[in-house]
Amino acid sequence: MDVGQYLGVFLDESKEHLQGLNDNIMALEQDPANEDCINEIFRAAHSLKGMAGTMGYKRMQELTHHMEDVFSDVRAGQIKVNGDMIDTLFKCLDALQAYVDLISETQDEGTEENLDIIKALSDIRSGKSGGDGRDKSAEAKKEEAPAEEKKEAEASGEAPWKSIKLNDSVRSALVEAKEQGKNIYGVTVNIQESCILKAARAFLVFKGIEDVGEISVSDPSTQDIEDEKFDLSFNMIVTTDESKEKISEIINHVSEIESVDVGDFDLDSEAADADKASEGAQGAAASEETAAVAKADVKSEEAEPKAAAAGGNAAAQGGKKPAGKPAIARTVRVDIDKLDVLMNLVSELIIAKNSLISAATSEKAESGNVNEQIEYLESVTTNLHESVMKVRMVPLESTLQKFPRMIRDLNRSLGKKMELTMTGEDTEMDRTVVDEIGDPLMHLLRNSADHGLETPEERIAAGKPEVGQIFLRAYQDGNNVVIEVGDDGRGIDVESVKKRAIERGVITPEQGEAMSEKAIIGLLFNAGFSTAKVVSEISGRGVGLDVVKSKVESLNGEVDVRTKLGEGSTWIIRLPMTLAIIQALMVKVGGETYAIPLDSIQIIEDVAPDEIKLVQNREVINLRGSVTPLIRLSKSLEIESNQPEDANMVVVIVKKGEQQAGLVIDEMLGQLEIVIKPLGKYTSKCKFISGATILGDGEIALILDTNALV
Amino acid sequence: MNDLSDKESAGELIQYIVIRLGEEQFGIDIRFVDNIVRMQQITRVPKVQHYLKGVINIRGEIVPVMSLRLIMDMNADEYTGKTRIIIVKMTGGDLIGFIVDQVDHVLTLDSNNIERVHRDDSKKHGEFLSGVGKYEGGLVSILDLNTLELESLESRDKERDKQLLSIAD
Repeated sequence: MDVGQYLGVFLDESKEHLQGLNDNIMALEQDPANEDCINEIFRAAHSLKGMAGTMGYKRMQELTHHMEDVFSDVRAGQIKVNGDMIDTLFKCLDALQAYVDLISETQDEGTEENLDIIKALSDIRSGKSGGDGRDKSAEAKKEEAPAEEKKEAEASGEAPWKSIKLNDSVRSALVEAKEQGKNIYGVTVNIQESCILKAARAFLVFKGIEDVGEISVSDPSTQDIEDEKFDLSFNMIVTTDESKEKISEIINHVSEIESVDVGDFDLDSEAADADKASEGAQGAAASEETAAVAKADVKSEEAEPKAAAAGGNAAAQGGKKPAGKPAIARTVRVDIDKLDVLMNLVSELIIAKNSLISAATSEKAESGNVNEQIEYLESVTTNLHESVMKVRMVPLESTLQKFPRMIRDLNRSLGKKMELTMTGEDTEMDRTVVDEIGDPLMHLLRNSADHGLETPEERIAAGKPEVGQIFLRAYQDGNNVVIEVGDDGRGIDVESVKKRAIERGVITPEQGEAMSEKAIIGLLFNAGFSTAKVVSEISGRGVGLDVVKSKVESLNGEVDVRTKLGEGSTWIIRLPMTLAIIQALMVKVGGETYAIPLDSIQIIEDVAPDEIKLVQNREVINLRGSVTPLIRLSKSLEIESNQPEDANMVVVIVKKGEQQAGLVIDEMLGQLEIVIKPLGKYTSKCKFISGATILGDGEIALILDTNALV
Repeated sequence: MNDLSDKESAGELIQYIVIRLGEEQFGIDIRFVDNIVRMQQITRVPKVQHYLKGVINIRGEIVPVMSLRLIMDMNADEYTGKTRIIIVKMTGGDLIGFIVDQVDHVLTLDSNNIERVHRDDSKKHGEFLSGVGKYEGGLVSILDLNTLELESLESRDKERDKQLLSIAD
């Protein structure tokens, strides 16, 4: 069976099941006796196993099978859930995730058997405890592996950079550089396993080297490195006037670099190899006998890099198949209602087309009739466009889901106590934005966990609750989607930032004196700026923030930070949402149609004119005991209300934080899902209006910003 | 064609859309005109400058519409069957609609036949009257609407308010 066409579905569903497993296991950790959770986990594990089996991913199936067995026993009540077991399960999920990631990149599950995890899982079943020992052995194994590799490499005298293949132009450039008396070094850089933004680190390494010399060639190619298509190490050949030590110092200066290997690159021996090969080839042309030998030579030489690449692939889970990128379509799951709307619009489009044809071919072709049809066609196509845009919108949830698990893991690895609260996961954004925003958010959360929050001891000493709070809030604000990430930790020490900036030569002491607090905090977004006293494996603040900023800006957004020393800091990402869709109440005021965002509305009241009282010359009503000021929209919007003075008024009660106010409208039209369109800078003077939307008939309705009105 | 093509040293030929505001003719460089639409229902935006009449929907985009008459301190528009909205692509890429009394024709002018206006003379119409073109049918004022900046209009308005205030005092 050709399963290739199901790959996209498999990947999507696997990711969903894995996320479900993650969520449920976390819930199980809180409440070990929750049967619904256990059943849910069992079902997800079972489906995952079945899917992996159908697709022919045996190793993944095997691992899932063992996991399922554990849940089966838990469900039968034969074993109890405990902390070690949860840890092992999470490890298992990570391994499964690694399979899925590898499959999405190479369509192959790789060769990692994850025997240690399978063993740990069967240990759980057989009732063995000793989770710690298992952990250690697993970790030890992990550490051993790279060490062995290194040993091997050293023993054979083959530094990884020696495997770099030179082409003629590079070789001649190197020869020239050598003649100019420059040093030629081979460099291998190993990046720490925990590093999140490998490409950014590699970029810094490149930048550092380019200050003192030139990179003649790199393996993988610079492009691949920029696209993060490399494992934890990369090789290059560098020409420079500086010494080996200097180069290695420059690279080590970049944070999250595990190790650097710099060695003299021997151009002669490399050239000799190449010469031999070409001599062989020439000889091949001369005599048939040698030809066979030479062919073998050439073949083996060709085979070598292939084998090397394949080996690299097997060892590196994130590695890519060198031959072509497997194309896996990115998918959006679409609400069937949205599709129905699309379907309806398309049928309307066909009707419009047919009427147009008949109008154009009819004997008494009246231009008025044709125009009418064209207008109809226009409104249909506009709606069609909007519906397609809506299909692209997905809730932020898919990106945010993985964060609770991440914070849980950080809880353990950092030895801090923290809690993550997230709100606004249902905020919808364009699929591309939702995909892209994950990394910056993860970085900010890690930043908060690692640098923002203090240790439990420090927190108690500072009179704060022991458990630190990290929050992520997403919401719509006019034309923007705002995502706030923050903590109640120690805040940013402006003085220490300033000191560090001066030390690093980013600013002069004089500049430092003149700079505002805000400007100094802004320095944090500079490339290569780190204030963390110890650069930890979680986050090395600096490069990360720089990357966060550039990522957000590439999405046309902006990042800001609010901080108070001792009370915490909040990072605010503001993204334009030209595509955002909201639920709104459509109302009429003085014959004009306006939209009021539904989420700001509390209740709608019918108020008789004699209920209005005057307090400090403002109109108020008594709304179930709370005095609520009235705002006559007709006055605010400078239009004549067409309701008679003595008639009952329709009042929309809106809230702004703790405050509430009543907006007096003429008439209610009903609820509508609207697409927010920006008004543009030319009409930005009106503070009450946050945007506009195009109604079904092509007319425009303005969206009221209730926050500005109240 | 109405252009003076017999002119010896031919400069750059530019096409202008000639519009009318009352009796006056104005030319708008055709390269900056995105579209010309009939007068339609304009959605009013409250609390904005008086010359900003509101917004309209052009191919699903919200486009502000301004009264060219009010920008130029002329009498308010009277909408007739000939009234049109010229959609201009601004230098920033935004679209803006300008209401005009009518659209006359397209005119090709040699740049040699355009007399540049010195800034002092352009005060009356703001900063966007860039020159006067001569052709057989008469004179046409050239408008650089695509570089129109609201800030300059606003500062102009503010200055005027100040003068009015000082007179009132």
